Amino acid sequence: MGKEYLFIDEKEGLDRVDGKMKVTGKAKYAAEHHPAGLVYAILVNSAATKGRIKSIDTKKAERAAGVIKVITHANAPKVPGYENAPRTGGNPEKGPTLGQPLRIFHDDTIYFNNQPIAMVIADTLERAMHAATLVKAEFDTETFSTNLAANAAKGVPPSNAGRALYKRGDADAYKNAEVQVEQNYVLAREVHNPMELHSLVAIWDGDDKVKVYEKTQGVKSSQRAIMDAFKLPEANVQVIAEYVGGGFGAALRTWPHTIAAVLGAKAVKRPVKLMLTREQMFTLVGYRPMTVQKIGLGATKDGKLTGITHEAVAETSMYEEFTEGTVNMSKFLYECPNVNTVYKILPLDISTPTWMRGPGEATGAWALESAMDEMAYALNMDPIEFRLKNYAERDPERNLPFSSKFLKECYQKGAEQIGWFKRNRQPRSMQEDGWLVGYGMSTGTFGAGRGRASVRGTLSADGTMTIQSAVSDSGPGTATAMTEIAANRMGLPPQKIIFELGDSSMPPGPTQGGSTTTSTLGSAVVDVSEAIKKKMFELVAKEGRGFASAKYEDLSFSRGEISQANGRGAKIAYTELLRKNNLPSIEITLNSQGGNERDRYSMYSFSVHFVIVRVHPTTGVVRVHRAVGVSDAGKIVSRKTAESQAIGGVVGGIGMALMEDAVIDHRFGRYVNSNLADYHVPVHADVPKIEALFIDKPDPHTNPMGSKGLGEIALIGFAAAVANAVYHATGKRIRELPITPDKLTG
Amino acid sequence: MIPFQYVRALKQRSAIDAVLKDKSAQFIAGGTNLVDLMKRGVTAPQKVVDITNLPLKEVVLKNNKLLIGALALNADVAEHPFVVKHFPLLSLALQAGASAQLRNMATTGGNMLQRTRCPYFYDTVLPCNKRNPGSGCGALEGYNRMHAIFGASDKCIAVHPSDMAIALAALDAVVLVSGAKGDRRIPFTDFHRLPGDRPEIDNNLVRGDLVVGVELSQNAFSKHAHYLKIRDRASYAFALVSVAAALDINGNTINNARLAMGGVAHKPWRLFTAEKFLAGKPATEENFKAAAALEMQTAKAYEHNKFKLTLAPNTVVEALKIAAKV
Ligand SMILES: Cc1cc2nc3c(=O)[nH]c(=O)nc-3n(C[C@H](O)[C@H](O)[C@H](O)COP(=O)(O)OP(=O)(O)OC[C@H]3O[C@@H](n4cnc5c(N)ncnc54)[C@H](O)[C@@H]3O)c2cc1C
Repeated sequence: MGKEYLFIDEKEGLDRVDGKMKVTGKAKYAAEHHPAGLVYAILVNSAATKGRIKSIDTKKAERAAGVIKVITHANAPKVPGYENAPRTGGNPEKGPTLGQPLRIFHDDTIYFNNQPIAMVIADTLERAMHAATLVKAEFDTETFSTNLAANAAKGVPPSNAGRALYKRGDADAYKNAEVQVEQNYVLAREVHNPMELHSLVAIWDGDDKVKVYEKTQGVKSSQRAIMDAFKLPEANVQVIAEYVGGGFGAALRTWPHTIAAVLGAKAVKRPVKLMLTREQMFTLVGYRPMTVQKIGLGATKDGKLTGITHEAVAETSMYEEFTEGTVNMSKFLYECPNVNTVYKILPLDISTPTWMRGPGEATGAWALESAMDEMAYALNMDPIEFRLKNYAERDPERNLPFSSKFLKECYQKGAEQIGWFKRNRQPRSMQEDGWLVGYGMSTGTFGAGRGRASVRGTLSADGTMTIQSAVSDSGPGTATAMTEIAANRMGLPPQKIIFELGDSSMPPGPTQGGSTTTSTLGSAVVDVSEAIKKKMFELVAKEGRGFASAKYEDLSFSRGEISQANGRGAKIAYTELLRKNNLPSIEITLNSQGGNERDRYSMYSFSVHFVIVRVHPTTGVVRVHRAVGVSDAGKIVSRKTAESQAIGGVVGGIGMALMEDAVIDHRFGRYVNSNLADYHVPVHADVPKIEALFIDKPDPHTNPMGSKGLGEIALIGFAAAVANAVYHATGKRIRELPITPDKLTG
Repeated sequence: MIPFQYVRALKQRSAIDAVLKDKSAQFIAGGTNLVDLMKRGVTAPQKVVDITNLPLKEVVLKNNKLLIGALALNADVAEHPFVVKHFPLLSLALQAGASAQLRNMATTGGNMLQRTRCPYFYDTVLPCNKRNPGSGCGALEGYNRMHAIFGASDKCIAVHPSDMAIALAALDAVVLVSGAKGDRRIPFTDFHRLPGDRPEIDNNLVRGDLVVGVELSQNAFSKHAHYLKIRDRASYAFALVSVAAALDINGNTINNARLAMGGVAHKPWRLFTAEKFLAGKPATEENFKAAAALEMQTAKAYEHNKFKLTLAPNTVVEALKIAAKV
């Protein structure tokens, strides 16, 4: 925070509390910790895709200058938690995978190309890197398959079908409809590629206590994973992630490299630093799985949906089952009597995918919202009109009311902003400066969840309030939003609020994912603020002095003072109150979670994306010329961080729509673009001005703030909006992402 | 990366001698390509000879010739007033390359000598005749979306990645070289070579050859020049196809045309046939299309780069239209 605030203007929001630290380089990320005696680890990867390690020669590496130890499956100390490890990755009795997270250096089996087969630890990074090139392995290889597109028909049901298999009314009813659309949509494999590479520094204290600085989206879940692996009690494992340079889901779970580094540090009895290379980020920390989908839509001639069929096949690894809610939104987004969904997986000789921003729904929305556009054109209806005609006022899947839904308002607001109804709806009818111009839109939705969180609030006699929770901030600005919530609730200027996070020894906070942090943690911040205010009320009531007969509701807590809400009568500063009572501080730790409101209401956030694209008619270059996003994310509790989320979602969406594609050469099972020169994410020149609008109406049921999640819906649907705009511009429907120039030339 | 020795040359002669003496020595200029290749294990010099202290940074206009020192930075050349005024094609091509940060490090000599970005060349686990002669061409039946449509062989279908080089080829630049046997001048179009049976050899330099600069003659193309680069994102990506187009136009008649393409061959691909066709003809879209079509007769595509058969001629036409302002 550079500014001194008296209060926060809601329309403007609070500056990032950690902004200055980040831009001046003072913020310390995991790999920037250098404890005394630190040594460096480098992972050596398998060149084979499937089979067994026949031999692994580490002698040369061991003899190289500065090398302290080379760990392989042949000499790795046992990881106690690897024996009888819980089968978290699916049920092998019922499903097609082993259902077993990768146990690093556990045995000689190779499940995927670039799987770690050794780890070199040396006194400098360069020496470790060099020695890593000296490790030579031979493999007994087996035939393998890494190709989903060619084998999608072989998809099988997951062991945990969950909500994937679904039917309401008749299956495939679209086939009997007056107007039908049936198409396949392919989503390329996307890698999260946060700026900060996954890294950690592991420091053992004796044999049974370890402290780990790690890049993670959940310090508590990371702590739990290390406790389980090394069979240590909670008090003996501390995980710290004060700053995280982006996650997008890649740091939601604890990956095998973390266990490797902790194991290595124990083996060499020195602190060990391990940072993955960019290439390793493609295989060791998940990705958004390639998914092939079929959508069937049926409608009456006047545009009433009569059938929706949504089928998806997604890739996963041979050892673990990864599933996501790809087909979920088709069940409730539109009013339709007949809906059926099928979700399948295809285990391949690749590493395990994971959640990536807008998990499942971003993949599903790309298909559903493309098909909705195709149907609107088939019906000769405006795509918004068509959606409104099939608007679901209640959740048709659960037959429950929505806790709040302002999607209609989103359509309206966005359409006005971008001039939707002024366009010529005819495909290939608009041009500007020799470029074809197209308008496109789509809808996004994601569950508005709330979990459990504990926080500790401490109001000190010096007038500052410290709030702590073991949550990590992967980038959205959690500390800023929490400061804003606390400042408003406590009636304190934001610079008096100190929000501390990123340390597992604090009261347990949630893992940052699924757009739930603000809802979950913010509620706890509200609760602890209210509890501290009540405590102060007890003190003033005791005090007398004109407060004796006051009721809590009659008091105002503002600018660090308690006064009568009517402005008359007594006033006392928080600081004075504490001093008078000889209290250095008021400290309250509490746990916060919702009630049964989720059984009574369906809770979702909604977004609508509008874009204008320009497409060059002969070179096929696509530029997003304008992007307007409107979100129904309930009450906006922190304007600036909310806008940043919405903008970031669109930037990610441009990548998904136009360029991201992690390519495997299926002859080798190996990535051929696992670097940031060849795997493209948007650069500044790809990003137009992004207009992020909010409905900003509180949801009466989600949580005490009335907020709903925002991070996911900022991305979900965007790719379809671009594809729809490209269709409007060119008359050409692209059903395979990303929309690169080659798909539009010829 | 393997351990290596680093020496800094203060004299041109000692730099050349250092590389002549030691078979595994290489010059290093900006290092933006060499260091990447060393980290990936694609090349492993035991000695790198830093040439950045040599007095080869100048850009001067003398006797109607522009001399660009081999160590002049890409950013400086792109913004140099002489270049912007008399050789806008070169300025545009440089600006289309890499990123601002890289252009601040990259040198003129290093740029023309940068190696292909073919993924099979970069990954030591995969086959590549250029990196490891005889191991096979990984791209031939692999992921060859970025690869050549002209002049390739079944040993190698990689392309030269430089944007600057495309403009220099179009402008008939001359490379000034100093080596074991003294100084040489190599016309830019003869500087790089086609892969043939020896794809490991990118160009016609021999061991010890130091590029000292590039010479460009004043020309009549400065009013009608354009560099059009088609890529997967708006900036900071290698070309799918790029075209350097320069026209000398009188009224509506083309006196002379210069055309070169990037992203399509192992070397900057001059379109001599198209140039000849255009000379003396009116600057019209029909003529541009006809010229591009002539050139495409020798094109050959692979599984993933068939789109270039359409994109390449379309880009030629677009570049010519922009250059001619029609
Ligand atoms: C992510 C990324 C994106 C890029 N994008 C583009 C792009 O879009 N377009 C583009 O054109 N380029 C691009 N580049 C490449 C960049 O232009 C080159 O790396 C740069 O021009 C090389 O110049 P340098 O001075 O750093 O060369 P160095 O890395 O120092 O040297 C390259 C080679 O030239 C040799 N060498 C250098 N100088 C001399 C000399 N005077 N005489 C003899 N031999 C010499 C060296 O021995 C070495 O073999 C990109 C690079 C990166 C890393």
